[in-house]
Amino acid sequence: MLSNKNGRFGQFGGRFVPETLMSLLEDLEKVYFSLKKDKKFHAELDFYLKEFAGRPTNLYHAKRLSAYYKTLKIYLKREDLLHTGAHKINNTLGQILVAKRMGKARIIAETGAGQHGVATAAVAALFGLKCEVYMGEEDMKRQALNVYRMQLFGAKVIPVTSGSKTLKDAMNEAIRDWVTNVHNTFYLIGSVAGPHPYPTMVRDFQSVIGQEARAQFLKKEKSLPDYVLACVGGGSNAMGIFHAFYNDKKVKFIGVEAAGHGLNTQQHSASLHKGHLGVLHGSKSQVLQTSNGQIKLAYSIAAGLDYPGVGPEHSFYKESGRAQYVAVTDKEAVSALKLLSKVEGIIPAMESAHALSYLEKLAKKVKDKASVIVCLSGRGDKDMETIKNFI
Amino acid sequence: MNRIDEKFKELKAKKKKAFIAFITAGYPDLKTTKELVLSFARVGVDIIELGVPFSDPLADGPTIQTASYKALQKGITLEKILKLVAEIREISQIPIVLMSYYNPIFYYGEKRFVECAKKCGVDGVIIPDLPPEEAKNLIVTAKKNDFSTVFFLSPTTKKPRIKNIVNASSGFIYFVSVSGVTGVRNQFSSSIKGKIIAVKKITKKPICIGFGISTPQQVKTMSQISDGVIVGSAIVSEILKHEGRKDLVRKVSFFVSQLTSELS
Repeated sequence: MLSNKNGRFGQFGGRFVPETLMSLLEDLEKVYFSLKKDKKFHAELDFYLKEFAGRPTNLYHAKRLSAYYKTLKIYLKREDLLHTGAHKINNTLGQILVAKRMGKARIIAETGAGQHGVATAAVAALFGLKCEVYMGEEDMKRQALNVYRMQLFGAKVIPVTSGSKTLKDAMNEAIRDWVTNVHNTFYLIGSVAGPHPYPTMVRDFQSVIGQEARAQFLKKEKSLPDYVLACVGGGSNAMGIFHAFYNDKKVKFIGVEAAGHGLNTQQHSASLHKGHLGVLHGSKSQVLQTSNGQIKLAYSIAAGLDYPGVGPEHSFYKESGRAQYVAVTDKEAVSALKLLSKVEGIIPAMESAHALSYLEKLAKKVKDKASVIVCLSGRGDKDMETIKNFI
Repeated sequence: MNRIDEKFKELKAKKKKAFIAFITAGYPDLKTTKELVLSFARVGVDIIELGVPFSDPLADGPTIQTASYKALQKGITLEKILKLVAEIREISQIPIVLMSYYNPIFYYGEKRFVECAKKCGVDGVIIPDLPPEEAKNLIVTAKKNDFSTVFFLSPTTKKPRIKNIVNASSGFIYFVSVSGVTGVRNQFSSSIKGKIIAVKKITKKPICIGFGISTPQQVKTMSQISDGVIVGSAIVSEILKHEGRKDLVRKVSFFVSQLTSELS
């Protein structure tokens, strides 16, 4: 296990929030770390992961994609097959069970593309809890179908009109709500970001991805993979698949950020490439910011990667060299989406397509033959409009 | 002893309470901010709290968010605000404390910030997203420079934390009246008084109440149970109301004078 005393991953992480939230976070930390050792809690979570979400997900040998790249033996971890269409449900199920134990009657969440909002609304419906989701007004227009899905689950979607009207501002607004209604409200954060204990808790709930993948790969190949690839926005699917391999030092991690229109433009979301050490939404990590310490707007064709910060543990992985981080553009990611659809009959989410896209460079880089697991974090159904409009 | 400490000493001798006025620096522009500060000093304001605008003000309600956003649009930076304070110091010695989110200060460099701010005549800093646990370096540098670090007590703060917060605070302690963000409130919990009495038992440091206070009556009630009151959104809202008008400074100062006259 990675040490994280006081919620720190090296110099990253911590707890930077208004005083009103401090006692609550101390409570949450206590409750969560006691539940972590609680067999009944895990039995309940496992039940819902299996029966409601559809775990375990397959580790699928992508034969035709492997043949296309020649030097790579590619396996896809099929998180796209989960209920609500992405890995997000692993975390929302975990956190809502924590919220129940804490006796909180109301759930709030932030969402960008709407995937985390949908996954939160679904589990709130499952347990009959009141749910309100903050979503930027711009994102609501871009992702109207996800807004409707959340509403069908009985959630209230609150438009955020402040600032840039996107994910970053939705998170600000959710935190404002949380400070105001702290006594009865549980804030269900969607990524490995936020104040301690969220980055640790969300990673733990997502680590089921890597645990399964590791066991499945061992069974199929009698060895461990050479590479594990995942896309990184906030970084929850990446941390989820990396974590179980942390001590397998021979397994190389590659996190793929969104280069948007290019790393040398102002339109990207590559915090680990172009960010500076800073504090955003409760933790210290790499943040896209101006030379005056103001937070910049992020951009990516994949709304789920469109965030100016990144989970603190990724900053730590980068600094310690445990993972390598690369970035691919919108254009490269769209090509990868089209390729996988054509040769494997699987339409990946635009986010996951970023991870797939790096296979091309990796295939040229490896000397002989290499094995690789790509975290296929979500399905692409939500992105059809975006792809259609992409020029 | 810096200007804030001297002010509280002076008020204590006169058996008076402090009135702390918050305004967003650089809104509507730096020149108006300077005029407001100088004018406030003449209508009974004891301490000025200057807000450093930030792109993501997550502890603020809509009023201060708007002012902050407008100031940023005009290119206001921490550096420009420090320069403004240095200009004010040529004319006035009213205590000035900056209110800034942590990131702009962290990026500027904590040590560099404290030293530059002190040199420009700033007396202390309030950082709403920096609890004492994460502020150890800042506190050390601040102490060396006789620069106040104001921390928050909130209605949700539990007993074991109170002592740490009190110890980390200098200048005064900021008692948040309600759980929530900044902005005008109609009602306050009756438990505030008891909580302040409990904190008073462990410290002699001044305790000031802020968040939501907007009317002369509220100023009166809150100053009776504390060492001072902080009014922010209500004043900024007056500035927003008079934006672009020539009599802005006069109108806002008149509003403030109605509040300060009710201090106990």
